[in-house]
Amino acid sequence: MIQKNETLLEIHDLSVSFRMYDATLEQKELQVISNLHLRVRPGEVVAVAGSSGSGKSLLASAILGILPSNASVSGHLHYKGRELNSQLQKELRASKIALVPQSVNFLDPLMRIGPQADGHKKPYPTEKRREIFASLGLDERVEKLYPFQLSGGMARRVLVSTALISEAELIVADEPTPGMSLSQALHALKMFRALADEGKAVILITHDIDLAFGFADRVAVFYAGTTVETAPAEDFCTGPEALRHPYSKALWRALPQNGFEPIEGFQPYAGSLPQGCLFAPRCPMATDKCRCEKPPVQDIRGGEVRCFYAT
Amino acid sequence: MPLEAKNLSFRYERGLPLVLENIDFKIEAGEVLALFAPSGYGKTTLAKLLAGYLRPCSGEILLNGAPLPEKGVCPVQLISQHPEKAINPRWRLKKVLEESGELREDMLSAFGIEKAWLERFPRELSGGELQRFCVARALLSGAEYLICDEISTMLDVITQAQIWSVVLSEARKRNMGIIAVTHNMHLARRIAHRVFDLEKREYI
Ligand SMILES: Nc1ncnc2c1ncn2[C@@H]1O[C@H](COP(=O)(O)OP(=O)(O)OP(=O)(O)O)[C@@H](O)[C@H]1O
Ligand SMILES: Nc1ncnc2c1ncn2[C@@H]1O[C@H](COP(=O)(O)OP(=O)(O)OP(=O)(O)O)[C@@H](O)[C@H]1O
Ligand code: SF4
Ligand SMILES: [Mg+2]
Ligand SMILES: [Mg+2]
Repeated sequence: MIQKNETLLEIHDLSVSFRMYDATLEQKELQVISNLHLRVRPGEVVAVAGSSGSGKSLLASAILGILPSNASVSGHLHYKGRELNSQLQKELRASKIALVPQSVNFLDPLMRIGPQADGHKKPYPTEKRREIFASLGLDERVEKLYPFQLSGGMARRVLVSTALISEAELIVADEPTPGMSLSQALHALKMFRALADEGKAVILITHDIDLAFGFADRVAVFYAGTTVETAPAEDFCTGPEALRHPYSKALWRALPQNGFEPIEGFQPYAGSLPQGCLFAPRCPMATDKCRCEKPPVQDIRGGEVRCFYAT
Repeated sequence: MPLEAKNLSFRYERGLPLVLENIDFKIEAGEVLALFAPSGYGKTTLAKLLAGYLRPCSGEILLNGAPLPEKGVCPVQLISQHPEKAINPRWRLKKVLEESGELREDMLSAFGIEKAWLERFPRELSGGELQRFCVARALLSGAEYLICDEISTMLDVITQAQIWSVVLSEARKRNMGIIAVTHNMHLARRIAHRVFDLEKREYI
């Protein structure tokens, strides 16, 4: 039996920054993830939602150890209690952790889809691959195609299949559902749920939050490089009254089926983050305190939130 | 100035089956039409035909009764489903924007595009940042029709709502026609006047 309290992946105080040259060719550090905490247990689907450009894909790259070379990382990452250093990351990438990448450019343009999907499991029993393909609506004809011959949603379904075939313990799925029809997206999420129920774990990075809430155990909401709220998925199904952070509530209200009402403005630029709460420039409840001090993480009603006034 | 497809058929290669067969389809200036069909059905193919990236095997595409112009910036602009494939990876974003028209500051700020991004290469932006950039680029081109192929799937729902509000208000101002390809029926109902189901070939 899986033990729910055992930790598969532990991320503590993660920061990621880039060495960049600005217009004046001056070298600058641009911090794009800061003080991020996240814990993933076997048996869990943890959804990661949040602002465009908030660091979700970089978190995925940091876990897999595939950040660009001008990135620097600080903080602690542990996998099953072992420090996740580049040596271990390399080992795990080969067998235990699978990525569903956000960009379809990850597909090898020169390799046919069938062998490509088999990945390191090659030669994978064709029957099982076909079963996974078929369940996602990919027929046998697709195995012989090259990536450029796929539609957008087909490419996405191939990427998801590849992760499912890998039999990894942890799947980091970065936007697995765009381009899929509603039924295919629901099916893909159901397969992730089933893997978690077998004792594996899934980090599900997604903007299709309305779909994800029904399959996840917990949801972490990212904003400007860190989590503003981590809460049980039920609270997101219930609605804004159950949520803790003003940004999470705003996200919920902006769904097309819930009003399609955006709040104004955009996430602050990483090069000029506000001194106090990262959300203060857009928050309807912001006070002087919010503009000067950073709210610490607080435990409220079984969730974690960074807001002085969360209830 | 309607944009129409008449009896359009298309296959990618000789010997392969037809992807689109005898499609008839019409959109008026100022209209917002959502295009709906299963994955792999031919939405992107149709979008590429309408924007002049592909040539039909038979049938024709008419803008205001005439074929699409062969030269110059196409009055039908396609915003790709995969922004990372639609931009030259070796160009800084500033150069990409300069190619497509004048750099309007109000447009950049309406899409939350930071000045500093313009110094970067496409791979140095997040998926949604690059998507926003591509939408801004298409609007700056002065197109009469915009084909939005799943342009908001890479955006959080707040940014989605913002981006659509800018695109739709710009469309109203310029009497621009919009074809929005989407799998999200909730979104289609919010933004479109009509929804065309390519599979059933009817308006729903
Ligand atoms: N190579 C890079 N150099 C500099 N900045 C970068 C680089 N890659 C990403 N960034 C910046 O880091 C921030 C986080 O990027 P990331 O790709 O993780 O966002 P995301 O949360 O996945 O967004 P999206 O939902 O749009 O995919 C963005 O603001 C982006 O511009
Ligand atoms: N370059 C190509 N060569 C051969 N076949 C192709 C090519 N591009 C697409 N196809 C095929 O054409 C069909 C339609 O693809 P298209 O990209 O138009 O679908 P779509 O409706 O946009 O799907 P999605 O919702 O998944 O993006 C698919 O079966 C695909 O495999
Ligand atoms: S700390 Fe203040 S500004 Fe930040 S989310 Fe809470 S109320 Fe808003
Ligand atoms: Mg991303
Ligand atoms: Mg498509």
